[in-house]
Amino acid sequence: MSASDQAIRFESIAKSFDGTRVLDDVSFDVPRHTACCIMGRSGTGKSVTLKLLMGLLQPDEGKIYVNDLEIETLDSRRLVEVRKTMGFLFQYSALFDSLSVADNVAFPLRRHTRMPEREIANSVRERLAAVGLESELDKMPLDLSGGMRKRVGLARALALNPSILLVDEPSSGLDPITTREIDKLLMDLKSSNKTTIVVVTHNVPSARRIGDKLIVLNEGHIIAQGTARELEDSKHAVVKQFMSEV
Amino acid sequence: MIRAVFSEAGAIAAFALRAIRLAFKRPFELREISHQVYMTGCRSLPLVVTSGLAIGVVLSMHTRATMERFGAEALIPAALAIAMISETGPLMTGLLVSGRVGAGIGAELGGMRVTEQIDALESLAVDSFHYLAVTRIVACMIALPILTTVMNFSGLLGGFLAETAISNVSLRLYFHEAFAGIDFLEYVLPTVKTVVFGFIIGAVSSYLGYTATGGSEGIGRASTRSVVLSSMLLILINVLLVRMIFVLFPSGAL
Repeated sequence: MSASDQAIRFESIAKSFDGTRVLDDVSFDVPRHTACCIMGRSGTGKSVTLKLLMGLLQPDEGKIYVNDLEIETLDSRRLVEVRKTMGFLFQYSALFDSLSVADNVAFPLRRHTRMPEREIANSVRERLAAVGLESELDKMPLDLSGGMRKRVGLARALALNPSILLVDEPSSGLDPITTREIDKLLMDLKSSNKTTIVVVTHNVPSARRIGDKLIVLNEGHIIAQGTARELEDSKHAVVKQFMSEV
Repeated sequence: MIRAVFSEAGAIAAFALRAIRLAFKRPFELREISHQVYMTGCRSLPLVVTSGLAIGVVLSMHTRATMERFGAEALIPAALAIAMISETGPLMTGLLVSGRVGAGIGAELGGMRVTEQIDALESLAVDSFHYLAVTRIVACMIALPILTTVMNFSGLLGGFLAETAISNVSLRLYFHEAFAGIDFLEYVLPTVKTVVFGFIIGAVSSYLGYTATGGSEGIGRASTRSVVLSSMLLILINVLLVRMIFVLFPSGAL
């Protein structure tokens, strides 16, 4: 597979915080229009990986390519352009709590498009309908449950039709039914919108459903990557433990 | 300890300089600035007006007690106007806004940092520093002189109410007497001085909120330190500014 077939390339990335190495020599690719799930125990650098991909953190070593652009070398103007092609669903949604649900979803449209307000309102309604929340337009984020907030976060992350979607712990704190609903939304996105998706999750059944490729991180290193079937055959104890989760 | 103080002072200075540089760069975020002027300015009006009225009444009572001894009651409006416009109005407004707005900015941005809303802004391709910090600093710089003017007039009105209850002086005569001894420059310089107060409040509280860490405790710390640090700096910088006015504009110094 050539470099241009990869939406994301992580090359020998290292990242430390206060002297503690969180990621060490981490390399992986994510082909376009596929979903990659990153798994691992808490504190193994999964969320840091997503923040590095979005350019929210800078790696200490290594290179990160998003759509063949090395993101650490981009100036702020070009980084903004790259970020417009990406969406990020945060673990706790990170909705703007001073804005209503509708204004949260409309925010990127108002910032980055010249759409008239009527079109923005229609687009917001469509996005919220896609996540089953069209009736919650005027509510404030604090009035929503965790699952609803996550779905609003997803609607906001998708507002600009990103080609790459990064999702941090989509099922944390959610019941199994809502988790399945969010998984289905992500799978639909991949198949119908051809969105490249990177998901960080602890939820192995979720990862099996969504991921074309699974990566297991342990103590800052990748200990296994491949399809679910390939990981099931892994001899590594941690990978075995993960894949035995039902 | 001393090293930490200098390190933080340097970080705040760098933060403030970056804000000045970005304030002149596109996008100018006019919608957000006007929203912040409303939040900073209009929402502070009840506090400023009430405080101004109360200060005016109290100052008027003190001034009368002194002036009566010399039979100079006619000078009460002028004395009150000089006190309010030259120092009491600007400084009190600065301290009140630093308490209300400084704490608000520190807590709001601290909360946004801790709940990843600042990261969310960045992920939505928005320069969070420009959108959050620069707009709030500019808004404080716009709101402070306006609030100071409101404070000055509220103070004079309070003084009038106290005075008219005793001497039955008319509103027109009172204000005529109050402004008789003050020229335009004497009014403008102390008021313009508050633009610097606004910059200090906006920059310090934005810095402490924007760089907050450590959950709800961190938010509380950012909020408290915003008030303490910006009030302290404001009082110290005021000494320098007054001295500068005396040196650069001797005719404008009251």
